[in-house]
Amino acid sequence: MRIEITGARLIDPATGTDAENDLFLADGRVVAIGRRPDGFTAERRIDARGQWAIPGLVELSARLREPGLEFKADITSESRAAVGAGITTLCVPPDTDPVIDTPAVVDLIVRRARELSLARIEVIGALTAGLGGERLAEMHALKMAGCVAMSNADHTIANAEMMRRAMEYAATFGLTVMTWCEDGSLARGRHAHGGSAGFALGLDPIPPTAETIMVSRDLLLAEQTGAHVHFCRLSTARAVAMIGEARTRGLPVSADVAAHQLFLTDAALNDFDTACHVRPPLRSGSDRSALRDALRDGVLTAMTSDHQPHEADAKMNPFTETESGVSGLDTLLGLTLRWAEEDDVPLTTALAAVTSGPAAVAGLDRGSVAPGCRADVCLVDPEVRWTVSPDTIRSRGKNTPFTGYELQGRVTTTIVGGNVVHEA
Amino acid sequence: MTVAPESTNLQLDQNGRLRHFLDINGLTRELLTGILDTAEGFAGLHERAVKKAPLLRGKTIINLFFEPSTRTRTTFELAAMRLSADVLNIDVQVSSTTKGESLLDTLRNLEAMHCDMFVVRHGSSGAAHFIARHVAPGVSVINGGDGRHAHPTQALLDMFTIRRYKGAFENLSVAIVGDISHSRVARSQIAALKLLGAREVRAVGPATLLPGALPQMGVNVYTDLDDGLRDVDVVIMLRLQRERMSGPVLPSSNEYFQVWGLTEERLARAHPEAIVMHPGPLNRGVEISSEVADSKRSVILEQVSFGIAVRMAVMSMVLGRGPEAQDAD
Repeated sequence: MRIEITGARLIDPATGTDAENDLFLADGRVVAIGRRPDGFTAERRIDARGQWAIPGLVELSARLREPGLEFKADITSESRAAVGAGITTLCVPPDTDPVIDTPAVVDLIVRRARELSLARIEVIGALTAGLGGERLAEMHALKMAGCVAMSNADHTIANAEMMRRAMEYAATFGLTVMTWCEDGSLARGRHAHGGSAGFALGLDPIPPTAETIMVSRDLLLAEQTGAHVHFCRLSTARAVAMIGEARTRGLPVSADVAAHQLFLTDAALNDFDTACHVRPPLRSGSDRSALRDALRDGVLTAMTSDHQPHEADAKMNPFTETESGVSGLDTLLGLTLRWAEEDDVPLTTALAAVTSGPAAVAGLDRGSVAPGCRADVCLVDPEVRWTVSPDTIRSRGKNTPFTGYELQGRVTTTIVGGNVVHEA
Repeated sequence: MTVAPESTNLQLDQNGRLRHFLDINGLTRELLTGILDTAEGFAGLHERAVKKAPLLRGKTIINLFFEPSTRTRTTFELAAMRLSADVLNIDVQVSSTTKGESLLDTLRNLEAMHCDMFVVRHGSSGAAHFIARHVAPGVSVINGGDGRHAHPTQALLDMFTIRRYKGAFENLSVAIVGDISHSRVARSQIAALKLLGAREVRAVGPATLLPGALPQMGVNVYTDLDDGLRDVDVVIMLRLQRERMSGPVLPSSNEYFQVWGLTEERLARAHPEAIVMHPGPLNRGVEISSEVADSKRSVILEQVSFGIAVRMAVMSMVLGRGPEAQDAD
């Protein structure tokens, strides 16, 4: 469809653009900004005065729960939530049931996404068979089936030799390895940061070293193997400093942070709020500041909602017996804008963390609305305020720790590949 | 503008009175002192010929224990009986969750029996809060110990004991010795001592059993028992659980006793009038020698007796009937 978007403030972090510009889409691509191309006749005109036009958001870690956990959510429900929240690309970690360690599971997900034609779905394949950490997955076959990167989800590979080989083998095919760093011997059966809040609640501490030891190991292995390694969901100031140092030395590594880590600390666990049960755990105020600074300064290049929708029962138990994770798609853009406002971060920098930043991590040609790019566009009314609640969350998972928060910015239109897939 | 959801204090009703009793944190000094004063009124009851007060006549209390307990359960049971309540003990030793029933379902089933109060012990931190958040409006919950989080009635009976023997808290230095990391008793004792204004709270033990957050809680940390006991007025020994006696946190119970076990000789470092307490059950020869446990300095058995009065106070206050209501009945 040929679409003309007029009067919007166009913000494109990839090109540093931030100015009022008309936008012209045709054949699934952006064909021009500013001046109407000769002979362009729009089939649809969108008057976007007072709104922002930004690249569709790229989410690095969205559990869609299909196949296998459809009682929590499914590809349909979460794709709808995504486009409603301005997210046009969803990267899916391999911890489905069955695990994404065979082309058949990749095919199933890709086919479902194609049938839906809502958000684009990109699949992250398993590094090891069954995520068991003992046998390499058939990475070549997974790459041929369409996987964009490899990870072991939140099953950190404990064996260093196995991780080394997994990196080497992934590098053989130019695949990025995404590593989620938790030393099980320091973290298993534990639930909170070791501060006064966790102590007072009697929740056993997960020390920062549970993260930093594994980050350190994987940085050394990345250096040894030459693999591209992406560090997922960092929670500690120390780990961020280690990543910064490695990037300064020129290692091909990157890292991201979950949006909730920029807003919540272990103090939010007060009264055992199970919505705040996350892994890695919510940490201290100084960790939170370090994460914010690192994201602004480009040490961290992506923010993710770390979307993990749950059925109500999963959070309906004493804290330590509940499942971890938050439902994050719906709040990703609002929290990004809130962070920009609170820390006085330029909008292009803040939006890069959810568009061009994650796209680069996953090796995707997305996250920009420059001419020639895919026509994945999101229109935002920046003036609309909304309050987070189970009723305003589109995801089937209502497990948000942000209930009651007032966020600014409402997605009015989402366009994927030149097709309008959501209108408010 | 972000408005974070306000933390509501589950334990108090809108008039600031006890609705549940879950945790020392969140209570006021006045409330704590009020419970101790109320307990004083009940402490002499056992000396009477009729050891009963009719305050909770017609009320039904369920002791819902998901973990084994002798002392706590029986003293809660006695406390309820002395208040003339009907008591039902339910031991869920084989966790219902392993049978596929969620805690919430267990709770709903018991609620259908129309009780007024649950006394809950559970192995998971936060279990009592969880139950309190989900019980029917008229039902109260008393925390009989949840995971490593809290054991507030134990802490209160300890405070009662300390007040009986030592008077005002402002002048007191208290040493808590042993496995602080895994102890809900220690957490509640620290909270209560801080709230009541104790001059100094010390934690003493091996670094493997002392949480890193203790200094943030205003607790002075000692790894040397002799230093930790020097001039203290109260020594609280904690039970060392069997599974911790050898493994990653301690090499052996023998070494533990050599270094942190309380003997007459070690106790000599404390104030000459210092009392020795222990929440029980005792491991003689592991954390405490028999000579100390059975000495005049030990108030361990008094703690058990006072436990009944303190639990009577908590139960009657939560159900809205202090001892002053006795005359009206």
